[in-house]
Amino acid sequence: MSTTSVMGGIVRRKEDPSLIQGKGNYVDDIKRRGELAAAFVRSPFAAATVSSIDTSAALELDGVHAVYTAEDVRHLGLNPAQVAVGTLRPFLADGVVYHVGEAVAMVVADNRYVAQDAADLVYVDYEPGDAVVDLKEAFADASQVHDGESNTLLTWSGHAWWEGVVELPDPSPGIQEAKERDDTVVVSLEMVNQRLIPTAIEPRAVLADWNSGYGSVELWSSSQIPHALAGAIGVIFGIPSNKVRVVAPEVGGGFGLKLNVYPDETLVCFASKQLGRPVRWTETRREAGFASIQGRGWIGTATITGTKEGKILGYELDAICDMGAYSQNFTVAIPLLGLFVAPGQYDIPTSYALHCVVTNTPTTDAYRGAGRPEAAYYLERIIDAYAREIGMDPADVRKANYWKSDQFPVTTAVGMTMDSGDYEANLDALLDRAGYEELKARRDAARSEGRLLGVGLSSYVEVCGFGPSALAGLGFSWGGYGLPTSFNGSGVVRVQPDGTCTVTIGTGPSGQSHETTWAQIVADGLGIPMENIEVQHGDSLDSPMGVGTFGSRSIAVDGTATYEATNRVREKAATIAGHLLEAAPEDIRFEDGSAHVAGSPDRTVAWAQIAESAYQPHTLPEGMEGGLESSVVFSPPNATWPFGSHLALVEVDPETGDVDLLEYWATDDCGNVINPMIVDGQLHGGIAQGVAQALFEEAIYDEMGNLLTASLVDYPLPAAGNLPMFSLDRTVTPSDVNPLGVKGIGEAGTIGAAQTIVNAVVDAVSHLGVKHIDMPLRPKRVWQAIEDARN
Amino acid sequence: MYPSNFDYVAPTSLDEALAALSGSENAKLLSGGMSLLPLMKMRLVRPTTVVDISRIPGLDTITDEGDHIAIGALVKHADTASSELVGKHATALAQAAGTTADIQVRNQGTTCGSIAHADLAADQPAAALALGATMVAASVRGEREIAAADFFVDTLTSALEDDEILVELRVPKGGKSAYAKLGRRGGDSDYPIAAAAVWVDASDGTVADARIAVTGVSSKPYLAVASAQAVVGTDGSGDAIASAASHATDDVVVLEDLYGSVEYRTHLASVFVKRALEGVLG
Repeated sequence: MSTTSVMGGIVRRKEDPSLIQGKGNYVDDIKRRGELAAAFVRSPFAAATVSSIDTSAALELDGVHAVYTAEDVRHLGLNPAQVAVGTLRPFLADGVVYHVGEAVAMVVADNRYVAQDAADLVYVDYEPGDAVVDLKEAFADASQVHDGESNTLLTWSGHAWWEGVVELPDPSPGIQEAKERDDTVVVSLEMVNQRLIPTAIEPRAVLADWNSGYGSVELWSSSQIPHALAGAIGVIFGIPSNKVRVVAPEVGGGFGLKLNVYPDETLVCFASKQLGRPVRWTETRREAGFASIQGRGWIGTATITGTKEGKILGYELDAICDMGAYSQNFTVAIPLLGLFVAPGQYDIPTSYALHCVVTNTPTTDAYRGAGRPEAAYYLERIIDAYAREIGMDPADVRKANYWKSDQFPVTTAVGMTMDSGDYEANLDALLDRAGYEELKARRDAARSEGRLLGVGLSSYVEVCGFGPSALAGLGFSWGGYGLPTSFNGSGVVRVQPDGTCTVTIGTGPSGQSHETTWAQIVADGLGIPMENIEVQHGDSLDSPMGVGTFGSRSIAVDGTATYEATNRVREKAATIAGHLLEAAPEDIRFEDGSAHVAGSPDRTVAWAQIAESAYQPHTLPEGMEGGLESSVVFSPPNATWPFGSHLALVEVDPETGDVDLLEYWATDDCGNVINPMIVDGQLHGGIAQGVAQALFEEAIYDEMGNLLTASLVDYPLPAAGNLPMFSLDRTVTPSDVNPLGVKGIGEAGTIGAAQTIVNAVVDAVSHLGVKHIDMPLRPKRVWQAIEDARN
Repeated sequence: MYPSNFDYVAPTSLDEALAALSGSENAKLLSGGMSLLPLMKMRLVRPTTVVDISRIPGLDTITDEGDHIAIGALVKHADTASSELVGKHATALAQAAGTTADIQVRNQGTTCGSIAHADLAADQPAAALALGATMVAASVRGEREIAAADFFVDTLTSALEDDEILVELRVPKGGKSAYAKLGRRGGDSDYPIAAAAVWVDASDGTVADARIAVTGVSSKPYLAVASAQAVVGTDGSGDAIASAASHATDDVVVLEDLYGSVEYRTHLASVFVKRALEGVLG
């Protein structure tokens, strides 16, 4: 790397000036001449047959252009961007509805107000049936969500999760043997990892403009995956991928909920094609509880078998995972991501059974962490319970079972190879910084005064940076679904004729600061000032083929592609500069917007002159091709494995059960860091979402399948005022699967946080006899747990 | 989340607003819009006419009227919360306004709007009850005063007639008051799960008079009469407070929701009556 020290430094976000002035272009800011608006008619029942749909009154309303039902779109077939397991979601419900809010008809009108008026005039005759909502009942399969199909779509097993790909010895006999020994304890808890509603400040929004003259379609969508969406639209409508332009402009929060190809994206294209006018749909806040995916939703029993000295001899998890009514983009693969990190940071025999079960509720899919927070939650909660059972400090139990730094790379109990880690040093750094021993003393002193303080700890390991393109071969990616897309990282670096630089990448931000971080990589490599670098993204035709932003993957994969492209541009520029300065290319150094000869700072040529020469090929060295750009596709040999340790201090109000989060510390390790401020920002948001799962958020359905928490009044999101200032630090263990040594940080905070809080709250009340409280730890639950333990 | 069609008028005098209100079937008043607009967007309320009173001059003041303070119809929660007058003479109302919703809502919504909306768990109605406030209602037929104790009829139902505007809240001076609450996001943050406002006149060491109001627990904010009786005539000691707390839900149907069972809410009502009383007698 060059000496320009923008790598690893705090650089202010290039994104902010436009965003904080309200000048960012979101889908709703983009206007097309003559556009129409769509609204959906949604089922009030979770399980019903649709006997008739009367659209006549809606069609008679002034300003209404069309009302579409399943009959009109049946010829489009099914959305190909779905894991083909069980009954797949049609574009519009076709005779049967499987969850409240499922779209039955789409109205297109002059504007969104008329569209909603018309939607209210569509009369649908439903014959309601019995909804299957309770997850355990669904798993018992007494009645089926989809007639004639088992509610269990599949079960992931820890030691043989992919037939023919990963087949390890079954750990169960060994664990059973350990259970029967006299010198072991068995600790088991049933725990709920509740269903959540991912909530972005910008709901989903789409605008389609089908041009029959060009035979092409343009689609703007608030999406994390414009390339995959373009691939799907092309396949659905039978047009080549180069006739589909999908643009994801500014995206106001993703968190996984915009990581699906949704029916409405296809339907607005269809309507635009039929009507010859652009068609827009913007999800309302209330619709977001039905029209987009949800996250988590597991009930599981975790069991640890171990010695009385803290050596874990077996970890088992048997969980039912709520898929909702249909498998969609990744749905059944989300528990699999959890399985990838099932043994956490530990060298422990691990037995996993994750049952993917359908219910009459909206689909679940990736939500920040996606399977990994669930896995970390069960493991790190039961380790705490085990530590309490044997009377050991939970930090010591963790250390006794960690992989040691000199063992890496290690192959875990579920067959994963982890790149690097130094878990004990990371935990020690956290405990020292937080003053762990003093905190425990403070807790004990408070307890003697009748106050309930609790200290909670969690380790976690994450798998991210997807990924090796071989993963696509397993079928869980758009490539695996037969779509014309990529499963690689990509980056194009081009120096313009005036010496400024454009960087175009196959992944785009929904808050992750790609524009700043990528500019730092390029500025570091080329010595071009940050302000002269523009990072572009999100256009399926103008950006290089990419996968999108999810699974904390962008920096490790697309970042590396950009880094390599930068190196190639620098090599060529060094040759040109050497030619202009009559020096050897290897003696050329780039700094502060120009090149100079090593040891001769006055022999210099500006980037503008180098670039001008590149685009005037007659000035170049004999035989050199013109231009100054490079395009690189990168597929890493492995995923990356960030990790960390989190610690919380809470106080519980003994009279009300109210939990006050007093302090929160995290020491994370995401390998090398390009911009510490941005990494911290991702952690602050991620921890807030994890704390919110622990304390506030829960999607609650009644037995009929009605969502009782469809409004933000009933689904409390965390606000800054509800949280303490998190105290962050990091250790640095570079990855060896990419030259930047980076791992990814988008989800780490969320993966580490929820069980840290629950461990702390249980610690505060454990002396009263409380062993576990299910999330969210609303005051009523904590109070009830204390009451139950006392009585 | 798109309202159905409605007419919109924005009068610049109270008389015009009252005329608009009386001349229209199913009209709704708009000031801060923090309660009305969400209901309209969900189409749970479909007014034919929205009468926006926010441009009427003279209704946005808090004034000292000698024996009481007067809070105009357009005074925002944030102004009520930060007013020195309210803080000094009606502490419970300032505290209730200061914990209503969040900063953005407090900068937009109005104290009188919250009271007129009569939500079963709103903060400020409880303070108005405990403080013995008087609501001044205006219509084309003239003005009338309604005692807080008579104002809250049922969930989202006040004693206001369809053609009346709550133009002023009058809070008598004297005594000490406090508000204590548990909100949905913990502490006093967000909508109350349960809360209590208390007012006492205890200048000579004996509690000469008291009013205790509870919100978030039943179908409307209510005066806990037995609680107040339990503390009046006592020295306000811990025993008296405990006795008052034990009567917090006497003669009231306690409701349950996602945030609390009947048992829990009954318990919380006692806890917050106790804490609010400790705030003024401690």
